[in-house]
Amino acid sequence: MNAWRTPGIWVALLVILAIGLMPIVLKSDATREVVFTVLLSVALASSLNIILGYTGYVSFGHIVFFGLGGYVGLYALNVVGLPLWMAISAGGLAAGLLAFLLGKAILRLRGAYFALATIGINEAMRAFVINFPAFGGAIGISLNFRIYREYGGATSALWLTYYLMVAFTLLAVALSYAIKTSKFGLGLIAIRENEDAAEVMGVVTPNAKTWAYVLSAIIPGMVGVLFYFKNGNIEPGDAFRLHFSIELLVMVMLGGFGTVVGPILGAAGYQRLRGILLTTPVLKDIQLVVAGVLLLLIILFIPSGAVGWLRHRFPKLRQVLP
Amino acid sequence: MILEVQNVSKNFGGLQALLNISFSLPEHQILGLIGPNGAGKTTLFNVINGVFPPSRGTILFRDEDITGLKPYDIARKGMARTHQIVKPLNELTVRENVMVGACFGHKALGLHQARLVADEVLEFLGLNNRADQIAASLNIAQKKRLEMARALASQPYLLLLDEVLAGLNPSEIAAMVETILQIRQQGVTIIMIEHVMHAVMNVSDRIIVLDYGQQIAEGTPEEIAHNPKVIEAYLGDPKLAQRLQEGNGYGDTRGE
Repeated sequence: MNAWRTPGIWVALLVILAIGLMPIVLKSDATREVVFTVLLSVALASSLNIILGYTGYVSFGHIVFFGLGGYVGLYALNVVGLPLWMAISAGGLAAGLLAFLLGKAILRLRGAYFALATIGINEAMRAFVINFPAFGGAIGISLNFRIYREYGGATSALWLTYYLMVAFTLLAVALSYAIKTSKFGLGLIAIRENEDAAEVMGVVTPNAKTWAYVLSAIIPGMVGVLFYFKNGNIEPGDAFRLHFSIELLVMVMLGGFGTVVGPILGAAGYQRLRGILLTTPVLKDIQLVVAGVLLLLIILFIPSGAVGWLRHRFPKLRQVLP
Repeated sequence: MILEVQNVSKNFGGLQALLNISFSLPEHQILGLIGPNGAGKTTLFNVINGVFPPSRGTILFRDEDITGLKPYDIARKGMARTHQIVKPLNELTVRENVMVGACFGHKALGLHQARLVADEVLEFLGLNNRADQIAASLNIAQKKRLEMARALASQPYLLLLDEVLAGLNPSEIAAMVETILQIRQQGVTIIMIEHVMHAVMNVSDRIIVLDYGQQIAEGTPEEIAHNPKVIEAYLGDPKLAQRLQEGNGYGDTRGE
């Protein structure tokens, strides 16, 4: 595959790896926590970009896959007693399956209707979980602390989830790039640009859209398991919080939707900004307002995001900046 | 026969867009489809390539019933089309646009093969020096050629051309007509909707005339040119001039 000879993608992966190694080199727990959050955002934003950026379908409730993955994962660890890697697979599988079924049902809707439907699904899932005794209802699931002991105690379990997070972030970005440079990805972008034209040219749009949705859901499901394993407990209110979905949208739009590098920059940039806002006393309560204003400004002035803008401004960058 | 349209009707609610259209098309021919604005020509294309299912009737493509199939199914069976209102994939380069046709159409090539075919087709249509530009930056004549390039890249058996000459200047029209004849030469069967009469009369083997969704005439270009029904559809009442000269036509037409 000559697509992998492009230096841009390797630079992106190496930068992520370097940031990922930072807390390990510094042996700092605080840095680890910060980097974990950034990497989580990068993985989620890159996954969302597959359906939002490549295919052009706005998924407002994308956090539903993250929350569902977390629930399935903790259930698998706590109740079924599966090892972590199987719990992660189960979380990814559950998210992928949900996306597949939803895709069959709601991807016939175009534009705003699809976006609204995805919000509905997030809310429906929250309501379902609250009334589902096996997932602990309104209380949620708390991880039995004995489970950490299998991974060498709480401290080393935290480091383990961190290493896995680095790996999944690299995987998410590599997957995003693999899709973008594939024939499948070309079909998705054709759908984004003009769905009718894509159909007439032979793109089997219902299947392509469904698989794009599934692929954008699997990694959020898997990192959901990681996050809630690290967290130790999961509650319906936390797991399906709509504003996380919107923050993910801001990250993708900020960096540049439909590009591989965009969501990475957007996620890192947004988390940096959020960190500053949260630690500034005047601004800490209006952090989401700032996110909203930011989204508005992006859509008004640089709708293609930072990377998109650069690619427009300097067409030569198209070849090096995936 | 590459295409057989049998008693096809299409209505949108109360609007009868097509009524009992029937024709069959032998391979390697060019069939011209003409008629006044709103006659249902583009609707007929949409019904043939699956954008709308017909309300009644059957469509056979290469002896296979394709009635009610989706556009992507039909594209993969070897039918390609262009759009009257061009639909470029704006953010993709010209080459990528054409690769979509090659990748997902009839031949369903891989990316590498598709790139080779795309470059070949772009060269044939004289767009090769634009290959790396984004499609949005093309002018209208180039966008029309891009539509054709995408359709051709799928290497179809049957090509539906929807007003590829409209909006072109005379020298562009001459070049495009030449291109269409070359495509036929390569063994592709063509149906073309066209308003540029001299062009469609010159290249078509046969012509079908639609008016208000009905097939009012079918025949060779000469037959069509002398058919009174066709003249009436385009110019109104053919006897009007005669009656006006006789001095009694004026009142009659005003009464109608």
